Amino acid sequence: MSDTLAPAAGRARHGKPARPPKPPRAASLWNDAWHDLRRRPLFIGSAVLIGIFLIMSVFPWLFTSVDPFDAASCRLADARQGMSGAHWFGTDNLGCDVYARTVYGARNSIVVGVTTTVVTALVGGLLGLVAGFKGGAVDTLFSRITEIFFAIPSILGALLILAVFRTGNVWTVMLALAVLTWPMTFRIMRAAVITAKSQDYVVAARALGASAPRIMFRHILPNAVAPVIVVATINLGGFIAAEAGLSFLGVGLRSPDISWGLMISDARERFLEAPGPLLFPALFLSLTVLAFIMLGDAVRDALDPKLR
Amino acid sequence: MKKTSTSVLPAGGALGDEPLLAVDDLHVEFVTRQGVVKAVNGVSYSLNPGETLAVLGESGSGKSVTAQAIMGILDMPPARIPRGEVRFRGTDLLRLPEDARSQVRGQRVAMIFQDALSALNPVFTVGSQIGEMFRVHRGASRRDAEKKAVELMDRVRIPGARQRVHDYPHQFSGGMRQRIMIAMSIALDPEVLIADEPTTALDVTVQAQIMELLAELQRESNMGLILITHDLGVVADVADKIAVMYGGRIVENALVHDIYRAPAHPYTKGLLDSIPRVDQKGQELYAIKGMPPNLLAMPSGCAFHPRCPYRQDNCVTEAPPLYEIGPTRSSACHYWREVLDGSHG
Amino acid sequence: MAATGEPILEVRDLVKHFPLNQGIIMKKQIGAIKAVDGVSFDLRRGETLGIVGESGCGKSTLAKLLMALERPTSGSVKINGREIAQARGGELKRVRRNIQMVMQDPYTSLNPRMTVGDIIGEPYEIHQEVAPKGDRRRKVQELLEVVGLNPDHINRYPHQFSGGQRQRIGIARGLALQPEIIVCDEPVSALDVSIQAQVINLLERLQNEFDLAYIFIAHDLSVVRHISDRVGVMYLGKMVELGKDTEIYDRPAHPYTQALLSAVPVPDPDGRERRERIILQGDPPSPANPPSGCRFRTRCWKAQEICAEQEPLLQIRPGTAHASACHFAETHDVVHV
Repeated sequence: MSDTLAPAAGRARHGKPARPPKPPRAASLWNDAWHDLRRRPLFIGSAVLIGIFLIMSVFPWLFTSVDPFDAASCRLADARQGMSGAHWFGTDNLGCDVYARTVYGARNSIVVGVTTTVVTALVGGLLGLVAGFKGGAVDTLFSRITEIFFAIPSILGALLILAVFRTGNVWTVMLALAVLTWPMTFRIMRAAVITAKSQDYVVAARALGASAPRIMFRHILPNAVAPVIVVATINLGGFIAAEAGLSFLGVGLRSPDISWGLMISDARERFLEAPGPLLFPALFLSLTVLAFIMLGDAVRDALDPKLR
Repeated sequence: MKKTSTSVLPAGGALGDEPLLAVDDLHVEFVTRQGVVKAVNGVSYSLNPGETLAVLGESGSGKSVTAQAIMGILDMPPARIPRGEVRFRGTDLLRLPEDARSQVRGQRVAMIFQDALSALNPVFTVGSQIGEMFRVHRGASRRDAEKKAVELMDRVRIPGARQRVHDYPHQFSGGMRQRIMIAMSIALDPEVLIADEPTTALDVTVQAQIMELLAELQRESNMGLILITHDLGVVADVADKIAVMYGGRIVENALVHDIYRAPAHPYTKGLLDSIPRVDQKGQELYAIKGMPPNLLAMPSGCAFHPRCPYRQDNCVTEAPPLYEIGPTRSSACHYWREVLDGSHG
Repeated sequence: MAATGEPILEVRDLVKHFPLNQGIIMKKQIGAIKAVDGVSFDLRRGETLGIVGESGCGKSTLAKLLMALERPTSGSVKINGREIAQARGGELKRVRRNIQMVMQDPYTSLNPRMTVGDIIGEPYEIHQEVAPKGDRRRKVQELLEVVGLNPDHINRYPHQFSGGQRQRIGIARGLALQPEIIVCDEPVSALDVSIQAQVINLLERLQNEFDLAYIFIAHDLSVVRHISDRVGVMYLGKMVELGKDTEIYDRPAHPYTQALLSAVPVPDPDGRERRERIILQGDPPSPANPPSGCRFRTRCWKAQEICAEQEPLLQIRPGTAHASACHFAETHDVVHV
């Protein structure tokens, strides 16, 4: 045989060699992706940002000595001050420190955003994978169910769900958002799976006798997950904003809870006089969303060998 | 108002020494993120009325890009044409302003493609797509255009043309779709027809029908045909002369009988030798070693040298010019004499 | 190639009809695409059976049936005496070790997100009993060598290889389980001309080395002739002619085979004006509604009344030494006239 690449001759192993040459490290998609990710500035940047926000949401007291839940920390006399050494981001309508509230607001906002994203991606993604792969009656059933959800106007649906629970806290808000948005992830995943399923390499795996789970998770999922990652990270910002919207309608979080969404909706009326109470939480919100979108892009690219 | 004639271009008729279509030292480059890809590197060929020129090459040889440059359908950028001429009846098409160019495109020089399904618009009936040629270029009415479409469908032998003129492309078989493409391309009686792999996607019996149809249309109208293909069998069946392309250059130019009798370039010879022959049954086929070149990293000197059994030291450093080796032949190989002798022996 | 002994693959009256349904909720079958409609043949160890025919003749469906990727409507496929058509679960998995495939398109048949090592090693992960875990990477590297690729490229991804090299990877995957039969579905038609000969040589070398039997499906008749010991010609789901390569190519008896052979362009311009060309009119009829009797009769120049009434069976007919399915079978050398 002639091939430019193969130094075939002389490599055949006759007899018993003392020790066969050690095969190189076994590469796999996930190993290679991780290896590649660690070198991407986009990934490093977004990971650092996300790390900071996560620490902020778990240990907010590391970032500020002011406890915004302590009523004594707000003094009406200080209301609507600009930036200063004492109040880095100024103060709000009630004279509370905006910086401390922004830091403490991270927890609720990020918990709502991240958990809802993860839940919808997992539930919608998994159901989409199964429905797209199995097809037939399973697919029909799931697809009809998602259509019912699509038919519900999302604000109305959220109002309804939250009204049932009568309390607006982080968990009920997440539930309402997740219930209403998983169908979107489902549809995207299902479409990607149906495309991947008909590829020749899936036929080849079936011809080898591969089991259904192996085909789903080794062959189809890695080739179908990219659009879900992109949509999930874009949705994350939407969830944080939607939480604010629900709070504004009076069914989401309520004072004295703190979240970026609540802060933004509280500060809207006096935005022109005192922009700080709105701008700073909005800035943090944007940074969080940006960091996750960057992370999603980096992960998607790392999972595509052609882009490495 | 529709311009009915193009002042810059001479009408049909006697040509003198100038061929109907002449490509002269054409270069086409693509600017990509990885660098400049030289897809076509100094290609020259010519075509006379009634003649069939086969451009033979594999993927990446530049055979289709050359055709697209002739038609003026390259996306520029990323493509650019730094050098070269495409003369149609003596006028360089590359220097024409766009409106004059579009008078040539489709009317006097037409093209058909490999994939007829994607070249036809799925949401319009075939009749309206064929008729559109007359409406756009000749200002025909809707009714006249449809009548013309039926005539053309008859001419390319689509059975039941009158009924099928209102069908959509997906309702036709692959062979019939290619006939519709041909009908569109010959609608305005072009003088040159470029067929880019017209039968590659078709079965052999349908391929035979299409090739016969093309030959017949050519006989009727005396148009020049450029047949772009990788199939040595199709070339042998229909071509008058051949240009063999490799790595963006023409490596051999010859009349069809000469090249099959005795190729003068190692690549052509390799291709012909690797065709399975009856008396070789059970033996190993001759195979050109290695792979087609990567256009981003072309080998130095002669692009074929890494795969060439005739290679000498100067092939690595010195790109061979297209040597004139006979009145109708040329070969871009320093050692064309040896190749030619080997072919005879 | 000496093809001897008992057949390792026996196909009998194989039928595959794809139902055509109407309605969304109340599905009603309104017809069927008769993709494969009663095909029988044997394949012996070390033998190559070429299958030729045009698109829609059922050759790809036949490949899928042999690979148990589709279940036949009726009929049987036996590998070493074991029925594969009805096998399920563990039984089916065991039978699969003996029959593997090489697919047409090297660009879509390899998972772009798996390394070459994972692709060729996957058969061992699915059939764990074939190779112990510690041995697998070495075996994969050996396979890469066998197909003429550099074993050090085990960690690369498919897109880093050319078309011809990818097809070699696909062949290595097919060899991993040491099958006795490999179904090659158009294995070279997607490759550059200058690469096709390399891959055909590789397939022939592997056949000699491992005593493989091939089902070689292709539309390129000259390639099929080169590699095949016997050739079957299919038309609209039926095998219309079956015989040794020389019989089919030099003494074709079925009009369709004759038309097919005469339509193949010969890479020799000398005497092209004199060559006999049978140009068939029209397209093959739809497999959903094939003609009665002989399926070729609508395009056949020999057709008479009997052809519409009575289906000609694939059998040895007077004046021929091999089987053909035509009432008016008559050998006629169309290529060498």
